[in-house]
Amino acid sequence: MADNKIGADHKIGAETNGHTDGQSNGAHYVGTRTIRPDGVDKVTGRARFGADYNLPGQLVGRVLRSPHPHARIVSIDTSRAEALPGVKAVVTRADFGDQPSEFIPAGEMMMNYKDVVRNVMAREKALYEGHAVAAVAATSVAIARKALKLIDVKYEVLPHVIDVVEAMRPDAPLLHDDLFTVGVEPKPDKPSNIAKRLEIKVGDVEAGFKKADLIVEREFKTAPVHQGYIEPHAALATVSEDGSVELWTTTQGHFIVRAHCARLLGLDISKVRVTATEIGGGFGGKTVVYLEPLAIALSKKAKRPVKMVMSREEVFKASGPTSGATVRVKLGATRDGKFTAGFAELKYQAGAFQGSPVQPGTMCAYAPYDIEHVHVIGYDVVSNRPKVAAYRAPGAPISEYAVESVVDEIAKKLGLDPIQLRMMNAARVGTKAAYGPKFGPIGLEETLNSIKKTEHWNTPLRKWQGRGVASGFWFNIGGETTVSLTLNEDGTVSLMAGTPDIGGLRAALASVAADELGVPVEKVRPIIGDTGSVGFNFLTGGSRSAFSGSMAIVEAAKQIKSELVARACKLWEAKPDQVEFKDGAVRPLGALAEKVKPMTVAEFGKLSGKLGGPIGGVGRINAQGAGPSFGTHLVDLEVDPETGRTTILRYTVAQDAGRALHPAYVEGQYQGGAVQGIGWALNEEYIYGDDGKLQNAGFLDYRMPVASDVPMIDTILVEVGNPKHPYGVRGVGETPIVPPLGAIANAMEAATGIRFTELPMSPPKVLKALRDKGLDKA
Amino acid sequence: MARVVLIGNLAQLTGGVAEFQISATSVKHLFQQLAEAHPALAPHLEEGVAVAIDGQIYQDSLFEPIKPDSEVFILPQIAGG
Repeated sequence: MADNKIGADHKIGAETNGHTDGQSNGAHYVGTRTIRPDGVDKVTGRARFGADYNLPGQLVGRVLRSPHPHARIVSIDTSRAEALPGVKAVVTRADFGDQPSEFIPAGEMMMNYKDVVRNVMAREKALYEGHAVAAVAATSVAIARKALKLIDVKYEVLPHVIDVVEAMRPDAPLLHDDLFTVGVEPKPDKPSNIAKRLEIKVGDVEAGFKKADLIVEREFKTAPVHQGYIEPHAALATVSEDGSVELWTTTQGHFIVRAHCARLLGLDISKVRVTATEIGGGFGGKTVVYLEPLAIALSKKAKRPVKMVMSREEVFKASGPTSGATVRVKLGATRDGKFTAGFAELKYQAGAFQGSPVQPGTMCAYAPYDIEHVHVIGYDVVSNRPKVAAYRAPGAPISEYAVESVVDEIAKKLGLDPIQLRMMNAARVGTKAAYGPKFGPIGLEETLNSIKKTEHWNTPLRKWQGRGVASGFWFNIGGETTVSLTLNEDGTVSLMAGTPDIGGLRAALASVAADELGVPVEKVRPIIGDTGSVGFNFLTGGSRSAFSGSMAIVEAAKQIKSELVARACKLWEAKPDQVEFKDGAVRPLGALAEKVKPMTVAEFGKLSGKLGGPIGGVGRINAQGAGPSFGTHLVDLEVDPETGRTTILRYTVAQDAGRALHPAYVEGQYQGGAVQGIGWALNEEYIYGDDGKLQNAGFLDYRMPVASDVPMIDTILVEVGNPKHPYGVRGVGETPIVPPLGAIANAMEAATGIRFTELPMSPPKVLKALRDKGLDKA
Repeated sequence: MARVVLIGNLAQLTGGVAEFQISATSVKHLFQQLAEAHPALAPHLEEGVAVAIDGQIYQDSLFEPIKPDSEVFILPQIAGG
């Protein structure tokens, strides 16, 4: 394994270009806005997403889903469906071997294979409306639909529970007889819907509150929201007679899909080859499996390829949104504005199986601030909803919405500027985070200062307009990453990465490779390899792919440069100290320079066969050294007091990227996160009827912002270099969704005088609040 | 000796003791000693935790060195969406 501390021979941070070898043509691509290599295919419709793949003889796969939010499955009779002409296979729980209870790390949400197999296909119970109960493969959509209606499922309908606080009651309908709350003493002897209680604690909050001149305590509620990716889940599987599997799927992690499918279906990992198609959004929601094991099982039975695509309704009802939650926050401050103590209690829905992002929610709640005494308690609670999946900085938007709202209230009550209050208490280098370690160099202060200097911050507002600010944080990660670089015989470079490109990875890595090797970026062709073509990669998530991918590129390029120097020495009969790699070529030094001319990377490519064979490098690392990214958002909005509708007037994001490998993509991450936060704050929520069924399982009624709903999101790229990365890179994808909820809630308070403690602040709720206070007359 | 602190619920598996002074030269060495002293911790250390050494968070990095005066935090694992 390569040494991951690659900074030793690279200058780091934003002060330099971050590399020692310049370009043969003098160009440096890192930090510039190169043309995206996937752009032409995407704008012409040529790009192949999950549903665009087809194989000869393929069948249509469809899933029968529970109509009940909670029911025991008494029996399943598939005989009538199997007898229907055109039906080639039917699978149920009987086709998936049970999995023993075994927790495995799945990012910050530990997952248990016993739960995974039950989420993919219900076994004893249907635990949410939309839970998969059976699946068919047929020769046409019409036959598949007819076959589903012929599957006879006997349900014993059970009482259901949706809301997290309701689910925590001792008399709530119980989802799992074998779920006992972890993290409480004494250990409970009765099962519960509370899977886990956890806490982080620093100092003594009671002592801290005694020092406060002002204490604000509030309770907040957020609704479950979906990641809202435009592209539904899709998978195409084919199983050959020797049991080997090929799978095409839209996913953020094809190696993880491979591992899950192999485990669930009892296959060797080497027999499963997964291709990650182009992806139309994931945001964390495509880090798990839904259709893939079903498609493989159906294909194995039918002995033909099977293609499955979720409808939008299925995406809402059967894939994991993020948690709804109830959060209580209590924050104390001196009259000068110094925070003395922070407490929070978080109750997060996990959906049908345990594993909400409450853990990172507890760790992130007070992360932007230097507070001596912090105590945060979290509860992971199951309820009859789809199992939650990650959604961009999982857990953090919810807890930080609550804290940022209270920070704003403290600013108002103390008569302090909200940015100044945050600056007074901001985490800086050396600050001890509430979750333990001290921060290294971080950019929170820089983002606050950047916002304060904007024309936006200083623009006057009118009646019914309000301005809000909030900050946010995410840890970021590195992880296992493999990238290969191959020098082709015409001097071009093939780059194969293994983390699906969900936000510009190919463009960013091509720039890094071009700079490292000193070749024009147009000569570098990046692709995402399948699991059979490139070594293991952890999934794309945690804002890791550009951070770790670029580190792996540096390693791969180092190998190539070392090889070129070695070959030059042989060719020129020189010693290593007589040559160097510089500016895209191997160059003779000293007296040797009078005898031989430099040879470029391209020239070596052309002669590679004669000089020893193919030339390439593989960066195989477990990237460490990820640096957190802090952001501050500023929003102006206007409320229509007659309708309750809120219009976002202006929005500015300032966030620390460390070093932006490709500024346009980094800006895109900032803008995308902000827009998702706008939707989360103002409109989006799952609406359940009393029957536990989802009422708004479509984009018409689950209202997400579209381009015409929001103004241009202005961005400020702060760059406080990450000293642990050769280019100073920090991941940027998660943090942008954290501040918007607080910023928008704070702006609403400024516009209306009402502190909204429940999201979304949708027009009916805003109008009701205005009417209750007699404020609805313009 | 390095100062080692358990964050979150892990202290429940060590009788409530959250802070230790341990002589360990690597994360692997640290985990071995913690597991020997508190066997209930072992599966959690194996399942996946993050380790912060002098402010830098590492995950799945058993050979990461620990200095004699290091400050080490054992945290829940982190990823993202």
